[in-house]
Amino acid sequence: MIWLFGALLFWIAAWALNVWLANSKASDSIVLRVAVPVLFGVTLLVLWEGLVRGLGVSQVILPAPSQIGSTILNSTETLWVDFNQTVIKGALRGFLIGALAAFLTAIVIDRSSFLTRGLLPIGNFVAALPIVGIAPILVNWFGFDWQSKAAVVVVMVFFPVLVNTVQGLRESDRMQRDLMRTYAAGYLQTLFKLRLPSAMPFVFNGLKIATTLALIGAIVAEYFGSPTRGMGFRISTGVGSLDIDLVWAEIAVAALAGTFFYGLVAWLEKRVTFWHPSQTG
Amino acid sequence: MRNVVPVMTVLAMLVAFWWVSVAPMNMRAALDVAERAGDTVVPTGSVERRSIPVLRLLLDNPQHIESGYSLKRPRLPTPSQVGAELWKTTGAMVIKGRAFSKRSLIHHGWITLQSTLWGFLLGTTLGILGAIAIVYSRVANMSLMPWAVISQTIPIVALAPMIIVLSNQLGIQERGVPKAIIAAYLCYFPVLVSMVKGLRSPSASELDLLKTYGAGRLQSFLKLRLPASVPFLFTSLKVGIAAALVGTIVGELPTGAISGLGARILIGDQFGTPLAIWSALFAAAILAGVLVTLLDIMQRITLHKMGFRA
Repeated sequence: MIWLFGALLFWIAAWALNVWLANSKASDSIVLRVAVPVLFGVTLLVLWEGLVRGLGVSQVILPAPSQIGSTILNSTETLWVDFNQTVIKGALRGFLIGALAAFLTAIVIDRSSFLTRGLLPIGNFVAALPIVGIAPILVNWFGFDWQSKAAVVVVMVFFPVLVNTVQGLRESDRMQRDLMRTYAAGYLQTLFKLRLPSAMPFVFNGLKIATTLALIGAIVAEYFGSPTRGMGFRISTGVGSLDIDLVWAEIAVAALAGTFFYGLVAWLEKRVTFWHPSQTG
Repeated sequence: MRNVVPVMTVLAMLVAFWWVSVAPMNMRAALDVAERAGDTVVPTGSVERRSIPVLRLLLDNPQHIESGYSLKRPRLPTPSQVGAELWKTTGAMVIKGRAFSKRSLIHHGWITLQSTLWGFLLGTTLGILGAIAIVYSRVANMSLMPWAVISQTIPIVALAPMIIVLSNQLGIQERGVPKAIIAAYLCYFPVLVSMVKGLRSPSASELDLLKTYGAGRLQSFLKLRLPASVPFLFTSLKVGIAAALVGTIVGELPTGAISGLGARILIGDQFGTPLAIWSALFAAAILAGVLVTLLDIMQRITLHKMGFRA
């Protein structure tokens, strides 16, 4: 009971503190901008911990955050092996290959306005499809190891990046292109000095969507067959053997990896597109 | 409309590429079949062929290329094989009057559609309510918005098996519920982001005008902010319904579901029937296309009636 009330009390107190902080004069400062959401997240964890302990929920159903934390610390080796297999070998390689392929395809296609007009609607449509479904087919084609996972990721990442890059390349306006022509700039010079830089906000938009898709693709593909390591493998076998705290540890690692990956791309975006109004605002 | 010709051209190119790829993809299997039937194949023996590049095999055995286009269990089926399988499991079943039998894709598509729509409803509701909270409350804006972004960077598939375990433990027997939750998880975010933009789209002078009319917060919400956000809402609904379908199928894949399009993919994988996987994939694509088109039509009608210029 004490856990339950403690957690609820903490929730109320944290909420009141957040309201006070958000309405205080310093609410635009960077410290509070970080502190308020962090406090909100901590509150959720405390509530979770309190509810699990207070209501005596069985570990097999839902372990408490503290227990998940200790599992993470106790099985760092397994988690690292899985992380390496799924994120670094599968997701990251697939992401790089897929994004690069899409980027180059977009530049090639962009030379023909006929192809561009034909490809944009199709690409937009395909990007909205449940492409993860091809995972079993690609696992069948490329075998159980990371190659098939990377292949799934390549296909999933390809279309969002392609569509966004093609759209971005059309972003520079007529005046700017005419200006380049008066400078006697050739196709390549215009591409590198004007069109690619102005396409970057769109490219990064596509890349950000692709980061999440990459992890999803790599994990789902492991459900259809993998060597005896990898996050998807550990999750699907962990559920079967009631190793629930290890499953949650994998989920936590996947969540952290996803957030970090996204943050990395967002950070790169900030460095590359520092001139764009959305970054300077 | 002026995009029809280019789109058709690109589609034709894609299908042609697909069709041509069938030969190299299926060559080895075709040669195995031909050898078993007693035909002469260069070189003999499946094991010997494994070390030889596909191009060499194609050049040495041109008479067997054709049989790669009619294999029973192809690595890559032809477009017409997929089309025939789709027709066999949908249209042909309807003609026989067994549209909802367990072997028809209409039955499985219906199961998937139900979860998708429940998830869509739940996700959209959450997204809209969240957006209202974010627009009207500073605390919600500061504490919810970053977590909404983070929630989408978490690979939901990792959570899918746990959502199913948890909902089983809570006594929810209905198999559609966990799928709908996953669908809602993927669907709420685009709606939330667009609605925040939409509800904030009225300018300060428009809000001031309502204030001079003596309108309260509720009135200015109902008469100004909400109508102004409708175009944003519809755009995000189209993204959201596609995301919900992805979520449902992702929810069906790793969880041992027995019905639904994702389950067809899973079962096709387990029983080694690639045609079933491919036809389920295309059925999912068609379903997504239909849903997005329906929302697009609704968007046009609603915006037209509300007096927005298209």
